[in-house]
Amino acid sequence: MDSALIPRGVKRCPFPQFILFIAIVGAVLLWGVYAMLLCWFKGLNQTNMNDFYGFALWIWADLAVIAVGGGAFFTGLLRYVFGKDDLKNIINYAVLIGFICYSSALLILAIDIGQPLRGWFIFWHANVHSMLTEVAFCLSCYFGVLTIEYIPLILENRQIDKVPFFHHLGHNMHEIMAVFAATGAFLSFFHQGSLGGVAGVLYGRPFAYREGLFIWPWTFFLFTWSAAACGPCFTILVTKITETVTRKKLVKDSAVELLAKISGWMILTYIIAKSVDTWYWATVTAPSQGFSLGFFYSNNSFYGIWILILEIAICGFVPAFILITKKGRKNSTALWIAVILAVTGVCLNRWVMVLQIMAVPVLTFENWVLYFPSWQEIATTILPVAYGIILIAISYHRYFPMSRN
Amino acid sequence: MKHKKAKKYGMVIDLDKCTGCGSCMVACMAENNVPFRKDESNKHLSITWLRVYKLTNGKPFPNTDICYLPRPCMHCEGQHEGHPPCVSVCPAVATDYNIETGIVSQIYTRCFGCRYCMASCPYHARYFNWWDPVWPDGMEKYLSPNVSPRMRGVVEKCSFCYHRYQLAKEKAFMEGRRELKEDEYQTACTQACPAGAITFGDLNNPNHAVHRMVKPDPKHHGRPTNPNAFRLLERLGTNPKVYYLSSREWVRRAGDNYLETEAKLKKTVHHS
Repeated sequence: MDSALIPRGVKRCPFPQFILFIAIVGAVLLWGVYAMLLCWFKGLNQTNMNDFYGFALWIWADLAVIAVGGGAFFTGLLRYVFGKDDLKNIINYAVLIGFICYSSALLILAIDIGQPLRGWFIFWHANVHSMLTEVAFCLSCYFGVLTIEYIPLILENRQIDKVPFFHHLGHNMHEIMAVFAATGAFLSFFHQGSLGGVAGVLYGRPFAYREGLFIWPWTFFLFTWSAAACGPCFTILVTKITETVTRKKLVKDSAVELLAKISGWMILTYIIAKSVDTWYWATVTAPSQGFSLGFFYSNNSFYGIWILILEIAICGFVPAFILITKKGRKNSTALWIAVILAVTGVCLNRWVMVLQIMAVPVLTFENWVLYFPSWQEIATTILPVAYGIILIAISYHRYFPMSRN
Repeated sequence: MKHKKAKKYGMVIDLDKCTGCGSCMVACMAENNVPFRKDESNKHLSITWLRVYKLTNGKPFPNTDICYLPRPCMHCEGQHEGHPPCVSVCPAVATDYNIETGIVSQIYTRCFGCRYCMASCPYHARYFNWWDPVWPDGMEKYLSPNVSPRMRGVVEKCSFCYHRYQLAKEKAFMEGRRELKEDEYQTACTQACPAGAITFGDLNNPNHAVHRMVKPDPKHHGRPTNPNAFRLLERLGTNPKVYYLSSREWVRRAGDNYLETEAKLKKTVHHS
């Protein structure tokens, strides 16, 4: 039925099967859209956030998708700026995943603010001292760059490509893509960092506060580093999932292995830096404010020291050691484990740097406050996942010749 | 100390006098059109610009001791003046530090509800309007015309009754004066306290009671030199302009966090 749109020379599943798949994922998407509309029309009372949890699941989701979406900028940087040609087989997919992640982040932010119609104030009345302002500017600019990087992929569609204007536009955009990749990498370095800065500058919150270099707390650099390190793992993970679901080899092993190797070394250096940061914070910064390390991980029913061990040792050092060894990268199971752990680790880091900050009592006469999201928050957080799956199904697997790469 | 031109309005709360009656909270809510709901049982959703905490020393009878601690916005000076935790983080300049008065204000029509300021405030002095305010029938007639009610989706907090400052300035101007007298600008909670536990005034003015009570050290961001005075979470460097007085050591120590090696007393237990 849609054969006129499918690229020549590739085999696709029957249209009814495709539509059934889209319908199931689409139902989840609609559930999310319903929850989103509830939040917009009825307000944030639809959530389980409260005055102790001004930041909650959504901010975590934002930080997490942007971190894992970091694969787009780092792969782009390696491919176009450092000339790692082997990565050409995975760059388009990395761009698509980045596009999904960043558009999702913007959507979640639009739901998360109390007065969505005033969202533009962040640009119009910008406070240049606020890390959130930097996030908003860089995020929007980088989303623009990713859109520019994504457009040529759409233009490769058989029917669109027949129009001479679009054919030439797509060709010319490909030619100048290195400029956008470099711009994207520059922007991404800043907003990944400023997302880390969002927590690190909170000097009233001893669990979050970090010293740093000039105006940038150490979390600024750690967030950039971890996104560059773990983002490519997410790109590999999604590629592997897509290959498993479609039962097709989509990306050459050499491209995956090169990305895995670079990622492994980045994770190792990151996790060493993170360990040093944690040690300094635990022994110098927090004690100077009257807090011991044990305080942050006790007297509550959820946040134990396990979360720190899980983040640094199990989801940090383990994937790093797997990925830096040739044997680990070549072993399919080990590679799966490594990329899953790395992605879990970076998401966990974002979780503690949002949710645990809110949970820790600072006044001596207050207690730990825990939180569980409402269904509206969960649905709107799953919404981008469903949207991403649909976009991948349409873009990558069905109508665009990306999978020919 | 030489009297500076710029004011630094602040508050001193004598915890030995506070009886926990809650008059300050009621006066604050009435004065500032603070919204409320039918069911206020979830205190994490209640808007209380001024909240009274109940502290105990955690000791069994007959050594039990309690203390009520009213907590307005601290109007922090920050690590250097004008940089309280909340002001520098607001992405839209919707909260402002007034150098002339030292008051941290919230611009409700500018706030777009990102709640970053709430995340930054260690005192939980900032509140989000999760709902639009709904006043019981007829109550809208009793709202203060000097304070704009807030809409759903924005953050609000104690303003040190800034509208009273504006009214007092207007009156002084009409009378050809530039300076306010100490009693011309007082917050609603100060006036409502039956025990006289709350004192308000200019911390920079040595003639004002607040200055005499805590003797702020200008070389250390106003740290009190009165041994019975303290500020909440002094060690964080937020430099609040709300001071507390107590003759009881356990109360003073409850104002900040200490490592076990530093702690001499049992940790304070809070009963809300």
